[in-house]
Amino acid sequence: MVTHRHEIVIVGAGIAGLAAALEAAMAGRDVAVVSKVFPTRSHSVAAQGGTAAALGNMEPDRWEWHFYDTVKGSDFLGDQNAQALFCQEAIDTAYFLEHIGVPFSRTEDGRILQRYFGGHYSDFGQGPPVRRACLAADRIGHVMLHTLFGQCLRYKVHFYSEFLVTRLLMHEDGCAGVLAWELVKGEFHLFQAKLTLLATGGYARLFQVSTNAAINTGDGMGMVLEAGLPLEDMEFVQFHPTGLYPWGFLISEGVRGEGGHLLNADGERFMQRYAPAKMELAPRDVVSRAIQSEINAGRGIDGKPYVYLDITHLSEEVIKEKLPQIREMAIKFAGIDPKKAPIPVAPSAHYSMGGIPVNVDCEVLADGKKEVVPGLFAAGECACVSIHGANRLGTNSTMECAVFGRRAGKRMAKLAEKTRFLPLPEVQVKMGQEEIKALFERGPKVKVGEVREKLQESMTQNCGILRGKSQLKRQLDILQDLKSAYKNIGLKGLPVAYNLALQEALELKHMLNLAEAIVRGALARTESRGAHYRTDFPKRDDKNWLKHTLVFMQEEQYRLDYKPAVITSFQPEERRF
Amino acid sequence: MKRRFFIQRFSQEKGSYWQEYVIDCDPTWVVLDALEAIHKQDPSLAYRRSCRHGICGACAININGKNRLACETRVANLPEKIRIKPLPGFPVIRDLVVDLNLLYQHIETVKPYLITQTPPPEKERFQSPEDRKKLDGLYECILCGACTSACPTFWANRNFLGPTALLKACLFFMDSRDEAKTDRKAILNSHPGLWQCHSIFNCTEACPKGLNPLRAIVMLRKKILRGK
Repeated sequence: MVTHRHEIVIVGAGIAGLAAALEAAMAGRDVAVVSKVFPTRSHSVAAQGGTAAALGNMEPDRWEWHFYDTVKGSDFLGDQNAQALFCQEAIDTAYFLEHIGVPFSRTEDGRILQRYFGGHYSDFGQGPPVRRACLAADRIGHVMLHTLFGQCLRYKVHFYSEFLVTRLLMHEDGCAGVLAWELVKGEFHLFQAKLTLLATGGYARLFQVSTNAAINTGDGMGMVLEAGLPLEDMEFVQFHPTGLYPWGFLISEGVRGEGGHLLNADGERFMQRYAPAKMELAPRDVVSRAIQSEINAGRGIDGKPYVYLDITHLSEEVIKEKLPQIREMAIKFAGIDPKKAPIPVAPSAHYSMGGIPVNVDCEVLADGKKEVVPGLFAAGECACVSIHGANRLGTNSTMECAVFGRRAGKRMAKLAEKTRFLPLPEVQVKMGQEEIKALFERGPKVKVGEVREKLQESMTQNCGILRGKSQLKRQLDILQDLKSAYKNIGLKGLPVAYNLALQEALELKHMLNLAEAIVRGALARTESRGAHYRTDFPKRDDKNWLKHTLVFMQEEQYRLDYKPAVITSFQPEERRF
Repeated sequence: MKRRFFIQRFSQEKGSYWQEYVIDCDPTWVVLDALEAIHKQDPSLAYRRSCRHGICGACAININGKNRLACETRVANLPEKIRIKPLPGFPVIRDLVVDLNLLYQHIETVKPYLITQTPPPEKERFQSPEDRKKLDGLYECILCGACTSACPTFWANRNFLGPTALLKACLFFMDSRDEAKTDRKAILNSHPGLWQCHSIFNCTEACPKGLNPLRAIVMLRKKILRGK
């Protein structure tokens, strides 16, 4: 088995991973990025509408307003120390991204162009919406990712593409590195690192209809659970209001930012009944629930589970200049020119607010509270700082990846000098090897795809936008059955080189473990907050639930713990839009 | 609707062969959906995929003789018999998975990143909307490799930079913020690429994003000849 030694090993090559890699490499450190796909295939590439920073290029804006919106958007569950820092650093980070080459769209006077997005208003929520989303047409993720990748090449970051990391290697003194499987050759590789960063993204593929790439299976979070470390706030799953029906592909909130209307079967702009002041620009949890309620009330188009997103009143020029990718997708997939006909949309699983608990320097917390795991970091969607609390505002995720990716990179660069390599724990390496060997030795009694489909269907049905106690309990039973079925998955007789089925089997293991973490958190949380809506507990309960869920897994047994949300500036208030 | 898929398979153990799969396809399906359905029956099939909607560039393959993204090609628009091969011009790893390392190396050769010497201002650098517009048609490339795979000059000469890398080179050459034009010109003049292109237009025809690498090549030639 080949052993690679790098001071810093980053797992995942999305915006967070590459921002960290770039900062550490610019500081002169030896950095490797290990990713199961070639970097520009990472899901960050799919972000569309914009990235948040209170630059005030269009009208006055302040980071404090962005801070307030992020707090309120999070339904007061976010940690306000982290949220304040995020909104301040977002401004510098937007300029940094411009400096390294991101081709932002421009204002007439040559500054970064910004557009409206849901949940972003002026004057501490009292004023009109403010244009805060820095855009590059509707391809913000693509330009950020490609730019960061280019700069990483310039600073000689080592890339190991199509290497699937299967296990964290934990020494008693901290993280010693990771074990990876090279997909192309079908071989194990050991990565020994002084410092390891997880930037593996989210898990929205746990659901049947999802905006996410096929690769978004939550591997990093799954490995953390397996290592006996906690995950935070897993019950908060964001459903994007406008996935292209029936596929679920992302139709950017930027479409509503440019003036798009949501219409039901009666042609009514139904948001006036749910968020009369902010209408289509209310936060995502509010809009998704509104759409779902319309559908449930039989007001979906032709009685089907979707509504219309209408931009026929926008000019051809705005559509082509500012929403070219949306136009292309509507034409290619739905056969609809959005200038001529409305786009069919329905909520689609999009984002995991929860994740690996970290402090603001992205250091992973062993107890989920204070105690740092030496040498282990997490950033981006797989981490929970917590900026997004119970609901994320649009455009805050790409910026979170950039801000905290950079913070992680700088922190690791600083620590690298005085940190030593730890010996790789042989027992764990052996266990990792045995796992794959066993899969190849077992006959294929059960197929990966079958178990995965049942998981996705049942999670959507029982743990989706609206959830209740009996559904969640049923889902726990279903998960036990699926976990038993998983043990009968085998790959006997299949070639080892580029074995997609092996990759999917390893991903599915994490998906099953994460599903249970989500359901257990959701079942315990007897209130509704942000994206977590309990039909049997429809009200927010600050007295009992203004706290983060922590979930641990040990030998397949789950344990919950809690920690209070950090409140520094804004006391919880009723959330009206 | 039933469709017959003929897929060119390859593995070290079995070599190269064609395999037929008959699949009942939903009218909304794209070729990637059909590949997923085949993979469910036959887990030995290997292919690449990620985003599923045409922005990550992972799933470029050859469908009925044309390089296309599997995720953007509607099955309903194809004939009953569908022939699927890996992208031509690259070594095959297994089935529909090809080795794109040469493509990536050529991209790296042209320094695919903004280079500046002047220290950046405190805020953003200014760029007029007109200057920014010059990047349209260049920056949208998804590195799928469909164009380079279709290029006969690349087939004949592995050192030929190819349309993907040249389009990237043009992106930074056209960026008003870039300050390394001399360096970029030297790279383009010292590698087979810009001056070896035979204007065959296969690249432009192959691009699933509607980009025009040949136009970029001609733009670069003009820029360099005029000494700008």
